[in-house]
Amino acid sequence: MVPLSAYVAVSAILFMTGLLGVLIRRNFIIVLMSVEIMMNAANINLVAFSHYLESMSGQLVALFNIAIAAGEAAVGLAIIVVVFRGKISTNVDEMNLLKW
Amino acid sequence: MMMSVFFAYFALMSIVAAALTVSLRHPVHCGLALLALLLHVSGLFVLLNAEFLWAVQVIVYAGAILVLYLFVLMLLNLKTDERYFHSSYPYIIGPAALGSLYVLYLLLQSPFEGAKGDAPASAILEGGDTYAVGIKMFSDHILQFEIVGIFLLGAIIGAIVLAKTPKAMEDAGGKR
Repeated sequence: MVPLSAYVAVSAILFMTGLLGVLIRRNFIIVLMSVEIMMNAANINLVAFSHYLESMSGQLVALFNIAIAAGEAAVGLAIIVVVFRGKISTNVDEMNLLKW
Repeated sequence: MMMSVFFAYFALMSIVAAALTVSLRHPVHCGLALLALLLHVSGLFVLLNAEFLWAVQVIVYAGAILVLYLFVLMLLNLKTDERYFHSSYPYIIGPAALGSLYVLYLLLQSPFEGAKGDAPASAILEGGDTYAVGIKMFSDHILQFEIVGIFLLGAIIGAIVLAKTPKAMEDAGGKR
């Protein structure tokens, strides 16, 4: 039987990988993909605790999390399209229009 | 025994796919690595008796969100940067590795005991996971369900408003 800590370890490693991607990649679309990796890590955690602590709520929160990820992807990609139309670049270092 | 083999396969492949998503050079290759990650995570959901979430993961994540990403990638026709990492990434990787090792050390020591809920695996397997999710969602979590509906409506309207061609603003003399 696989222990709960194994699932939690996989989730932690995936989350750190996604966080690293958010911090070091320069392409805005890859940064959004890294956010999706982090959301998947959170989902693994929720479902694993839901299974091992025998409660259904974890799976439901994971379901709502997937819905929120869909909305976040739609709005984020719309923002990328708008920025790309103006500047012909998706580099996060060059998006400083709102910088004070 | 069989569970451990499947768990090892799905866990290792999802970690490898996540590393490839972060480190590959070409954005389309990153998208395909993300697809591999999503499918292997859905395999982990099956191991945890969450068949409904497996279906939702394959349909919504791999079917809808990833296609949206690939559409935008193809639409923008990006050229690949020569430097595709941030310039200060060597200073970030060391602390990130140390931090994740520390978190793993703490996690593997934790007992993870807690109060058990009212849905053991035998009760879920009796009527199926979809039945259990449906009963729970439309009894205890109906408010969250409605909030997610409103949220998705707002996201649709926001995406349309953002991505529309701003012709009316130019006619009114506004600057973009």
